[in-house]
Amino acid sequence: MLDLYIPGQSALHRLAPGWKILGLLLAGSLLFALDQIGFSLLLGAFTLGLYALAGFGPHQVWTQLRPALWVFALIFLAQVLFVDWRVGIFVIIRFAVLLLLAGLLTLTTRSSEILDGFEKGMAPLRRFGVQTEKVSLAISLTLRFIPVLAAVVQEVREAQRTRGLERNLVALALPSLIRTLRMSEEISDAIDARGF
Amino acid sequence: MKTKDIVLISLFAALTAALGLIPQIMLPIGVPITAQSMGVMLAGAVLGAKRGSLAIVLFLGLVAAGLPLLSGGRGGAAVFFGASGGFLIGFPIGAFVIGFLFDRHRGKPPMLMSILYVLVGGIGVVYLIGVPWLAEVAALPLEKAFIGSAGFLPGDAIKAILAAIVARAVRRALPAL
Repeated sequence: MLDLYIPGQSALHRLAPGWKILGLLLAGSLLFALDQIGFSLLLGAFTLGLYALAGFGPHQVWTQLRPALWVFALIFLAQVLFVDWRVGIFVIIRFAVLLLLAGLLTLTTRSSEILDGFEKGMAPLRRFGVQTEKVSLAISLTLRFIPVLAAVVQEVREAQRTRGLERNLVALALPSLIRTLRMSEEISDAIDARGF
Repeated sequence: MKTKDIVLISLFAALTAALGLIPQIMLPIGVPITAQSMGVMLAGAVLGAKRGSLAIVLFLGLVAAGLPLLSGGRGGAAVFFGASGGFLIGFPIGAFVIGFLFDRHRGKPPMLMSILYVLVGGIGVVYLIGVPWLAEVAALPLEKAFIGSAGFLPGDAIKAILAAIVARAVRRALPAL
């Protein structure tokens, strides 16, 4: 399965996903609650230290920030025009720190581990009638369906291209959807037949 | 929930991911339009409030877990903290509202109502959460954040109308969902 994870042996890679998620949420809340540039810079320096600890160089930091550059530019422009350029700089630093921290979670944790974490985290919900095994079934079904549906959408696109309709969203979505829904009956019968 | 409901939820979560693979179409005003948010609108309109919103929650859960399923191959926890994080949070709520409104007509509201419902849930609700979020993250006044997002409105409106047309056609082709 496609994953944004980068393998490694660092302490951050080995830390349980639950702690990393908790740390991210805590750091994110503090960034907005304290609302001070000093704290943002401090956390930014700490985050860069964590990147080094995880064995990622400046290239990886840049890779995380690059997709957000045009958003930074837009926010800065809006701040200069409507508020204050100093606020603009503060907002972009805070923003960059958040993106780097969240990126670190994704880079050092396999998505399968995070999904396992979700499933474990849902265990207390059993008391309220949530059937967690059905959630697990839904997750694994979706992972299985994504390549199938990507192929369906691709086939429909090719078929519509020969008709000159590849830019027509209805001509793409409707056949994809009907083929998808026709599959659902057979799949659920197959799952029931295996005694889920 | 029956097995068939679980399968439908998973299929729509996967469909929303697959629609993100269709390359963006550029509108003449220079704003990209992706097919992915149509998945959100369709989930609500075709599956109803509960199953539709759960499908989108499942999709976003996989994105949060680090799978690059958002259009343009984006994913991971960072996207929820980004400028458009609020729009993502608004997706399942929007799907729920669309489904709730469609459910009141047993999934088959008249054409104009269908379009109105998808506009309300798919754009109204999503922007209601997305714009204040953007204002907070970017420390901008609310109305400026709205102006910044308004460029996406024409594309979203086109998608809402298309989603309503598609949802009605699907309900006609497959009445027993």
